[in-house]
Amino acid sequence: MTDSALRELADDPSSRKRFLKMMGGAGAVSAFGVLLAACGDDDKKDAGSTSTPAASSDDGMKEDLAVLNYALTLEFLEARFYKQVIESGIVKDPKVGSIAKKFGQSEQEHVEALKATITKLGGTPVKAPATKFEETLEKGLTAVLETAADVENLGAAAYLGAAGRITNKEVLAAALAIHSVEARHAAALNQLLGRGFGGKKGALNGTIPDGAFAKGMDEAAVLAAVKPFLA
Amino acid sequence: MASSQLVAPELASIKVHGVTREAFLIRSTLAAAATYGALSATPYITRALAEDSGGDIDILNYALTLEYLEAEFYTLGIKQVKGLSSDEKKLAKEIRDNEDEHVDALAATVKKLGGKAAKKPTFDFGGAFGGRAVFLKTANTLEDAGVSAYNGGGPLISSKDVLAAAGSIVQVEARHAALIRLIRNKPPAPLSFDKPASMDAILKKVGPFIKS
Repeated sequence: MTDSALRELADDPSSRKRFLKMMGGAGAVSAFGVLLAACGDDDKKDAGSTSTPAASSDDGMKEDLAVLNYALTLEFLEARFYKQVIESGIVKDPKVGSIAKKFGQSEQEHVEALKATITKLGGTPVKAPATKFEETLEKGLTAVLETAADVENLGAAAYLGAAGRITNKEVLAAALAIHSVEARHAAALNQLLGRGFGGKKGALNGTIPDGAFAKGMDEAAVLAAVKPFLA
Repeated sequence: MASSQLVAPELASIKVHGVTREAFLIRSTLAAAATYGALSATPYITRALAEDSGGDIDILNYALTLEYLEAEFYTLGIKQVKGLSSDEKKLAKEIRDNEDEHVDALAATVKKLGGKAAKKPTFDFGGAFGGRAVFLKTANTLEDAGVSAYNGGGPLISSKDVLAAAGSIVQVEARHAALIRLIRNKPPAPLSFDKPASMDAILKKVGPFIKS
């Protein structure tokens, strides 16, 4: 293999930088448009505009909005948790600190993107739920990381469980782009906690808790699982 | 399931849906990529192509080829790479086992839909097994590419069952990517939105590994 082929195979920093620049430099709406444009539909001139061929039926659109608002609720919860964790100063380790900061920032970007998408589709974004993480924070760093890992695992399972409900292909593309980020977060936090690859059977832990095939959760189960954190 | 709609599966290999069907026969595409330097003008999958299970079969075979690649990469790497720590070797083995299961599941799904599962290509990983760092870096690239490939392919899938299967696999690929990144001391989730990638972009990354 030649050097250039190897370089080609290495992470593509230029395109990543370009993408990040676009994501960071623009508002949430256009950032979302960029995200959607990245899905590779060459024919579309303006991926950010609301062309929603697949979701032309009212029912499909209604259900997409319901899924987006459900996702938004979870992202609010996650973003709020990371914010409180960072503000509490409980994380001293710089590596863990930078991960928590980055994850929290991503959750906030998910919040903004979902809100913008809901608005663009003609819906009304739900309000941020009142949360109660104080008890978790008082328990110390391990409890905090465990909660973060559990919530991220739930988030990943929630997106996976909801993907099949989505009609609009662009909304689906966005949900998938967020889903795998939640999965990365979940695996990384479980790893930081020293949890093994498989985790405990039936429990939401382990870096790859379900084995080779991740399991989705339905909305009712996810909402029941996050209930302790809702005030 | 949509499989019943695929009246004549044998025709799927020659039927043209607006773009040359040939472009979607992953093995020939990959072979061309290997021969002509990765980027022959392969048209990207359009949504229209995925409107029947023929499209789903093509996407599944594309995914299958990537999983063959990953499985083989770890299988050979575990044997050949010197200097891996016991944790790194363990992780590589665990990931390899997952990739093997993905291969089996995807091949079975293609058959269930009435299609013909892509054969395992011949791979050449060049210098990727030359040491710990290059092996893990290549693993990082492959896992990130896998995530982007599934995220790009997902919205093109028409069957909800196939989408669910792809979703359950991509989540595991994303977890692999994060773990490999952590072991390399890289940010496990560098982007807030994992970028979906077109087949062209993926071929550009993995094409050089595919000999035939």
